[in-house]
Amino acid sequence: MSKIFIAFSIFVLVIACVKEKNDAEQNFSIRIPDHFPAVNYDLTLNPISKEGFELGRKLFYDPILSRDSSISCGSCHQQSAGFTQHGHDISHGIDDLLGTRNALPVMNLIWNKSFFWDGGVHNLDFVPINAITSKVEMDESLENAIGKLNRHPQYPSLFKSWINVDKIESKDLLKALSQFMAFCVSANSKYDQSLQVNSVQLTSDEFEGLQLVNTKCSPCHSTALFTDFSFRNNGLVLTGDLGRYKASLVDSDLYRFRVPSLRNLSYTAPYMHDGRFRTIDQVLDHYANKVVMSATLDSNLIRKEGLGIPLTEEEKTKIKLFLKTLDDESFIRNPILSEQ
Amino acid sequence: MKFNLLNILFAIGLISFISFSCNDEHDNSPGSVVLEFDHRWGTQELKLNSSLLTPAGDSVKFTAFRYFISNISFLKADGSEYKVPNSYFLVDHELDKSREITLTNIPADDYRAVQFIIGVDSAKSTTALDQRTGVLDPATGAQGMYWAWNSGYIFIKVEGESPSAPIDSITLKRRFWYHIGGFGGYSSPTINNIKSVSAVSDDDVAHVNGSAEPTFHMIVDLQEFFMNPTNLSIKQNPVVMFAPYSTTIANNYTDMIKLDHIHQ
Repeated sequence: MSKIFIAFSIFVLVIACVKEKNDAEQNFSIRIPDHFPAVNYDLTLNPISKEGFELGRKLFYDPILSRDSSISCGSCHQQSAGFTQHGHDISHGIDDLLGTRNALPVMNLIWNKSFFWDGGVHNLDFVPINAITSKVEMDESLENAIGKLNRHPQYPSLFKSWINVDKIESKDLLKALSQFMAFCVSANSKYDQSLQVNSVQLTSDEFEGLQLVNTKCSPCHSTALFTDFSFRNNGLVLTGDLGRYKASLVDSDLYRFRVPSLRNLSYTAPYMHDGRFRTIDQVLDHYANKVVMSATLDSNLIRKEGLGIPLTEEEKTKIKLFLKTLDDESFIRNPILSEQ
Repeated sequence: MKFNLLNILFAIGLISFISFSCNDEHDNSPGSVVLEFDHRWGTQELKLNSSLLTPAGDSVKFTAFRYFISNISFLKADGSEYKVPNSYFLVDHELDKSREITLTNIPADDYRAVQFIIGVDSAKSTTALDQRTGVLDPATGAQGMYWAWNSGYIFIKVEGESPSAPIDSITLKRRFWYHIGGFGGYSSPTINNIKSVSAVSDDDVAHVNGSAEPTFHMIVDLQEFFMNPTNLSIKQNPVVMFAPYSTTIANNYTDMIKLDHIHQ
């Protein structure tokens, strides 16, 4: 009788273990917030798994992808800075060379329809190629990067246990990085929480700030992502950077840049494509008083009375209070997204 | 004479061999076709690192000449078309093998024309990562033929040195380079430098079947890249990549590949 009992107990334990593993795997998926628009990245082509995510995270923080093993993705996309480079207007890459534009946050990228300030890349999987091969960022060929991974003591077995490949190819590297980036979802700010039933409420000033953003900053900073993914000339004093024109060669795209999200602004200063504004005050002051005319200036910024968006000091204060509610501290402190 | 088993087998073998040979003319099994790309500079053979003079009067030494050939199809005598599935090739002057493309499993028929694209079609230029294998893999096959910042393939690459070019601050050489691409844009239109080539033979026909491997002998004249209709001046345009002027160059090279003859 006791033998049967022991056997039965072992059986139950085994089942329990198997079940626990399955639950862990099943639970390892990206939570798509209800109030966000439809996801653009095709997750069926790169199904998220724990192994893939952890491998992508290891690669994201590993300088092995740069020519001299000095720079990782995480060097210019620091979690504490909302996955941008803290305090940098433009980024320092390999050999301390400077880039030309402000590092964009690795945040909510599976909703993006295109990438970079000029939208030249259309699929998340192809984004890291730019950073890895850029002469001023990681300056490594993909072929060399793949070679180093295949000769590495750990990576071949990690890739094998993830997707059962004997030899790592470029698509495997890129998909692993996408797994990590796909997981970088920021949707737990005070604003997000206020949309849940029986949860925190925005203060009346914050709520008025939200309404001001909806009326004055829309349609550009619209939806729960606070961007419409368009490219616009927002009336900055022009520099030599031609913006989206570089990627399209269409005259109407001159000086147009991506409309960035308004999320996590407290962590991602400075602002604009070249990081020219250090504070949100400077940004609001730009829209209120300093918009300059040019051939492709966005029509939303042209009024009979003048250029820009009229804002009183009180309105600016309320907008700033609301923008603070888009800070997602749980995102920048989420240990699962940190270097391990 | 004794008809033993060995003799009978021999006879059967002989008859089969003869009938097989006779049927040769009517072999309907699929065959192979070779596309041979014979690189020239005008009437002479193209050689890298040797001094040549462009139609605009610039002295040049080429160091690289590469281009994509894709979407190959063959035209039958009746005008119908056979499209070679998933046909993407990178021709590199420095790799002799790449200048001879062998296409297998072509249905038996008589073909008198070949059509293809110089470059990569827009569908493949925007497809998912898993579809980018072989020469389309940005890491290996297409290395140096892919733009990372503005996703897309470089259709044709011509590089070299010329006294007409300015000094390059890194190499201290007088270099020129032309990287021409542009598939028309992903979500909004931009330049489209995809050029189709249709090469018809008036005299020759390629008889394709399992026992014949005809060759389309193509002549590729790099000089056409520098002329007709517009003389390309290295002095004025030493570097052209993703830029409006690339369409002028693409209009030049659109007829650089011609069918010289078909040999059976």
